[in-house]
Formats: sequence, C-alpha cells, structure tokens
Amino acid sequence: MNDLANSTDCAIAPASTRRPSRKGLGWIALAIAPILLSGCQIPGFGINTGVTESSHKVYKLWQGFMVTGLIVGGFTFLLIVYAAIRYRRRSNEIPRQTQYNTLVEVLYTVIPTIIVAALFYFTIVVENPEVALVQNPPAKVKVVAFQWGWRFSYPENPKVNVVGQTTENPELVLPVGETVQVDLSSTDVVHGFYVRDFHFSQYALPGVVNKFDFKVDKAGEFQTQCTQMCGLYHSLMYFKVKTIPASDYHQCLTSSTSGNEFVACANKTTSALYHRNTATQGATVHHG
Amino acid sequence: MVDTLQPTTEYAHGDDHGDGHGHDEHHGASGLLNWLTTTDHKIIGMNYTVTSVVMMLLGGAMAMLIRAQLTVPDGGLVSLAKYNELFTMHGSIMIYLFAGPFAFGGLANYMVPIQIGAPDMAFPRLNALSYWLYLTGSITMLLGFFTSGGAANFGWVGYAPLSNALNAPGAGADLWIGALILTGFSAIFTGVNLVATIFYLRAPGMTMFRMPIFTWNMLVTGILILLAFPVLTAGLVMLYCDRHFGTHIYDANGGGSPVLWQHIFWFWGHPEVYILALPFFGMVTEIIPVFSKKPLFGYKGMVFATITIAAMSTGVWAHHMFTTGVVLLPFFSFMTYLISIPTGIKFFNWIGSMWGGQVEYSAAMLFSIGFLLTFLIGGITGILLASPPLDFFTHDTYFVVAHFHSVVIALVIGAMAGIFYWCPKMTGRFLNERLGKIQFWLLTLGGLLFVMPGYLVGLRGMPRRMAVYIIDPTWQNLNIWSSIGGFMMGVSMLVFAANALKTLRAPKTAGPNPWDGHTLEWFTTSPPPHHNFYSLPNIKSERPTWDYFHPDAPALTHDDHDPDHVPGAVKAEAK
Repeated sequence: MNDLANSTDCAIAPASTRRPSRKGLGWIALAIAPILLSGCQIPGFGINTGVTESSHKVYKLWQGFMVTGLIVGGFTFLLIVYAAIRYRRRSNEIPRQTQYNTLVEVLYTVIPTIIVAALFYFTIVVENPEVALVQNPPAKVKVVAFQWGWRFSYPENPKVNVVGQTTENPELVLPVGETVQVDLSSTDVVHGFYVRDFHFSQYALPGVVNKFDFKVDKAGEFQTQCTQMCGLYHSLMYFKVKTIPASDYHQCLTSSTSGNEFVACANKTTSALYHRNTATQGATVHHG
Repeated sequence: MVDTLQPTTEYAHGDDHGDGHGHDEHHGASGLLNWLTTTDHKIIGMNYTVTSVVMMLLGGAMAMLIRAQLTVPDGGLVSLAKYNELFTMHGSIMIYLFAGPFAFGGLANYMVPIQIGAPDMAFPRLNALSYWLYLTGSITMLLGFFTSGGAANFGWVGYAPLSNALNAPGAGADLWIGALILTGFSAIFTGVNLVATIFYLRAPGMTMFRMPIFTWNMLVTGILILLAFPVLTAGLVMLYCDRHFGTHIYDANGGGSPVLWQHIFWFWGHPEVYILALPFFGMVTEIIPVFSKKPLFGYKGMVFATITIAAMSTGVWAHHMFTTGVVLLPFFSFMTYLISIPTGIKFFNWIGSMWGGQVEYSAAMLFSIGFLLTFLIGGITGILLASPPLDFFTHDTYFVVAHFHSVVIALVIGAMAGIFYWCPKMTGRFLNERLGKIQFWLLTLGGLLFVMPGYLVGLRGMPRRMAVYIIDPTWQNLNIWSSIGGFMMGVSMLVFAANALKTLRAPKTAGPNPWDGHTLEWFTTSPPPHHNFYSLPNIKSERPTWDYFHPDAPALTHDDHDPDHVPGAVKAEAK
C-alpha cells in the first residue's frame, strides 16, 4: 500500500502549487487508464470479430482505430473543457496577450502527422489483402441486384439460379473454409451489397462488375439487405446469407437442378449443423 | 504614418458615396420598394440570413417527421414514397438552402465588407441577383411537394440512374435540378463577389495578414465555390439532358457511366463540405478570442491551415465512393488523412486562444464551445471512415449518418454562435442570453443524444434511408433515443424562434461594441450606417478595434521576432 500512499501525495502536492498542467495530465491519465488497464482485452466497440478471414483483420484495425480515436479525441475533449473551465472569467483584468508559441505550434502539427501516417500504414496493411483477388477461386457466385431483389447464380452449375424480391428474402449460399469469389452487378440502379458480420459492403453498379472474395470460417445465417438507396422498396430489399461446409456446398450445387432445390439442400445441411451447434454452444443465427 | 489613436480614414458622409447615387436614393425610398431594389450588402445579408433560417426550420420540421417515423420499426406515420421525399428534401434543404447560403450569403455578405472596412460588396447588383436567384431557387425546390408525383425522392445526392427519367419521372425531380442550378449560380456569384471584395476593397492598412480570420475563411470559401459549383451545375445540366433530351451521359445502357455522376457530384460535394464548414470555423474563430479577451492563438498558422484544407479538398472526393470498387483506394485514403491534419490544427488554435484567458460564458461563447465538442466527434469518426476497410462496413449505414450529422449539427451550433454574436451588430438588439443558454443545452445535448445511438445502430447494421426496419426490430431502442435527441433539437429551435420574436420588440441597446470586439465591425454603429463607416481606426494589426480601445493592454508575448506584426502593443509602450 506504500505505492498508493506515495501516489496520493504526488497527486495532492502539485494541486496546491501553481501548476495547472500537472492537473491536466492527471485528468488525461485518468481518461486513458481504463483503456490501458483493459489492454489485454480490448473491447469490440460495437462490432463483433467477424466470420471471414478479412473481417478478423478489419476487426483488429477497428479496435486499433477506436483506441487511437478515443485517446486523441478524449485528450482534445478534456483540453477544451479544461481550458474553458480553468480559464473562466474571474475578473476584468486583461490577460497576457499570448499569440504565438513556435514549439507548441510545431508539436500540434507534427504529432497529428505522425498519428495519421501510422493510421494510413495500418489501413494499407489490412486493405491490400482484403481487396486482392485469389487466382482461380474454388467457388464462384454471380450476384445481380435489381429493383427490389437479388439473383444469385452459380457458374459451377448453370441450372442453379436463386431469385427473390423484397421480403421473399432470397438466400445466398456460400461455402465455409474455401475462398468464394463474388461477381456483383446491377441491372438498373445502384444497390448496396452488405453483410454485417463479413464487415464488408460493395456497390452493385449498372454497367460495372465488381469482384471481391470471402473466406468464411463459420457456418451460420446472416440476415441482411440492400444498403444503397434504390427507390420505393429500398427498405424491404432483403436477402439472407447462409454459409455451409464447403463439401456440402459443392455436393448440393452439383446435385441440384434448380435454385429452389439448391437452397433446400443447403438448408437441410444447415439444420443438421444447427442441431449439432445448439447442443454444444447455442444458436448461430446472426442478425444483419 | 500618423501615430495617433484618432480615426484617420474618414469616409465622406453625405451625398457622395462614390457610386454615383444620391443620398436620397438610398434612404428616401422606403418599405417594399426599397427592399426589392436594394443593393446594400447589409440588407441582402439580412434577407439571406432570415430566408436561410426559415429554410432550416422547414428542413428541421421534416427531420422531426423522419424521427417520428423511425420510433417504431414498421413506420406508419408516412408512406414509403413520402418518406423518400422527406429525407431527400430534408438533406437538400439543409445542405443547399440552409448551411451554405446562411454562411456565405447571410453572415459573410453582411460582415466581410465591414470587417475589411469596405463600403459594400465589389458588385452590389450581382449581390442582389445572388439573393433573388437563391430565393427563387429555394421556392422552386419546395414547389416539388405540390406536383402530382411529389418532391424529388432519390436522396440529396441524386445518384444516377435513380434520378433518371425512368426511375424519377415526376416534375419534382426537374424542379430539384432547376433549383440546384439556380442556387448554384447564386453561390457562384456570391463567390465572385467575396473574392473580388476581399482582394480589392480592403481599407488602407488592412493587409492580407491583418484580415480577420472570418474574412480569411470567406476568401478561401469563395475560391472553393468558384472551383466546385460550376462542376455541379454542369453535372446537373447533363442530368437534365439525360432526362429530357435523349442523351446517355449517365446511362450504362447507352454507353454512359452512372459512376460519372458520382465523380462529378462528389468533386463538388467534398469541397462543398469545406464550403459549409469554413465559414462556421471562421465564426467560432472570431468568437472564442473575443470572449477569452485574447488574440487568436497561432493566427498565421491557422490561415495556412485553412488554405491547405482548401487546396487538398479538391483531391479527396472519392472517399465518398470507396465502395464503388472503381476508385484508387490508397490515394483518396491518404489525401483524406492529410486533410485531417490542418483541420485538427484548428482545434489547438481554439484551445490556445482560451488558454490563459478570461473566458466569458456568453451564449455565443457557449455555442462556440459546443461547436468544438460536437465537431470533434464528427472529426474523429471521419478519421475512422477515411480508412477504406472501415468505410466498407459502415458505408450507407447509420454510422455514416451519425458521422456527418455530428459535423452538420456542429455547424448549426456554430450558426447559433454567429447569430448570437452578430445579432447586436446587425439589429442593434441583443438576443436574450438566458433563452440562448437554454437553447444551447437543448441543442448540444439533443445533438449528442441524436448522434450517439446512431453510431451504435449503424454498427449493428441498420442501413440509412430506411422508411421501415421490420427486418430487425432490435434497432428500435436506439432509434427511440435518437428521436428523443432529435426532438430536443426541435424544441431548441422553438426556443430560438421565441427568442428571435422577442428580440424584434426589444429596445436597441447594443451600442457599437458590446462584446469588446477585435475587428472593424465593432468600430461602427449597430446597425452600421448606409456605407458602413463614418470613420475607421488605424489598422496596424488583425485587431484594429481592440488596439483602439486598449492602447495600454499588456504587451503581446512573442517567441518569434516580427516587430511590426502587432504594433498596437509597441505603440502603447511608446505612449
């Protein structure tokens, strides 16, 4: 308890002297402390760890950015509030007319520059592999958005086409543990393909095919919908992503003769999977 | 140099205003005719201010409907179609008809000539044209509600091809396009006027580095308007051609490119963010030093920061388009990080101005502090969004809505700071401080309560522009909190309206310099006479009025040697 006593002394002593900057530092330390103390387990700040290979890295990037943002934002916030309260008007005396301080000005230019340089570096480290495409992906799916629904087709078996509008909630089946490439486009206006737990979205543009890939590592169901304003029924343009083991995925795909059959086959697999999962670790239905 | 504290520059006060008009022509005609034919920047500025505040109240009323609709997952207050019109017009009114015109047409129009000691804008008739274009443009946009197909309904960004003749066939869309062309020209003419006025009409002694920071910001804003608005106007003309004359500029089926619209729109749209923000930065930068009784900390650095923001603002537009898949992500991400540096620097200028001062909690100062705190939240989340991997999963969700509302709510709070600060100058009457402080707490806390749940519900996956969210009713709780915050802001505006009406009947007690101001507008009467000044003080620093009234103020302490930078202090010692 000696340490505690010492630190209390330290905290009191400068407060009685004319050194406001120490008090300011104390407040800053107080603000940062919870973050540092929980350093071994940084919270998710509103998002989960994700279910794709890239999304795990995005999750870490998000944590890093949030911690930096909270430190920088918290520091600036406290500085504003501190300055406003500490230097509130006490008399009509005219204060020293300080206007320039080269050292301070250089510091508040250089430090933010270093911070954003670091943020940019980590951005690139996560971004490059995320947007890079795998050569010859083992699975491919073509997603076409239209007002107000989705069409999912699988080049592996041209007979499999899943189409659904608004709350028909069509299902996009993707394999687990295998890279799947999505070719995304639109037939009419701009739509938004977004899966929350993939930590990813991309525009479906008319006249452009956007390509990106996922390596999903968890079987489950992810309810989602169009995110880009696309007209009257934008808020009802649902779809659902279902991820099933890669072996089941390929087996269902080759054995099916229609989209409905394929989805039914995938559902059979996942319901079996659900029963296994619920028995051990609870449901795996995710909301998007 | 005449070394005296007496006014040295006298403007002739009488029949000769130097513009060939007789004295009576300005003061003789009265009432409606005078108002309709005026070219006085002060009357035009007042017209702009009042019109744009009315627009803000209209746009705010639409926001109230939107927030009411979102308190329940299945809506029910308005139809899907009406909801699309509501958020489109809410955004359009707030961006095109309130924030910009209020700042560069209203307060800047009024204050910039006075701050540089000029009798009027450089082109007074063009200035009047700006206002009438703005008013007719605003009415044009609102008329959309009275057409059979309703108002424009494709979002304030009007993305092609949702805004083409097939998807948005109504006259409301055409009125929206026409309105933006009209208000766009209005903005361009105001930009021309601001730049010409600031470059050519500064009073003797008012060198560039003695200009008030608000004037500096309006100069940079004017230049940005000239860079950005013509691009938008051209884009809108092409959109109109696509709709009516059979061109296929934004039509993929005809060989055009829908993404081209996004490029054009955001090439205007991102400079526009700074066109909106810089004037409000300028306002709080005027207010904070005055109510801290100190000069602006790091004045020159802040000028360079502002110029840097303007220069870089034309190179960041595609960060609105990270998820299109067709832009060079690292470049626009890097530029966005760079532009955050000069913006961040401003915070330390503001803090440094308060540091060691005598901070007086007037309503204008409280609003300025509220601006800093709210803008800080928007700034930090903006840094998050500058990272494409983080933008991917927040794009088009409520996270982005919360981000830019943090910024624009800060601008509204900044607008209130400007109104409370300059109302005594513009009308000779004080707004009620007590009501102002009540409004401050309602607006700032309401704003925070509105945006914070928005960030969270966005991270939980709620997309923006949703009339109903039956897809996930668990979003309801956060939406209710957001709506409560929104309604608090609505109430704060009622308090403001009451305050404004009360002030209309208040006596003219302000006097020329109620806040112990720094800049030239506080050297003249409230409201100022027809050509603004009967006399001017010596202008030897960026604080001529302060220098005049505080000849014996404590000397400025510099660590850099710039002997003629603040001669007011040297002069005081000499006496």
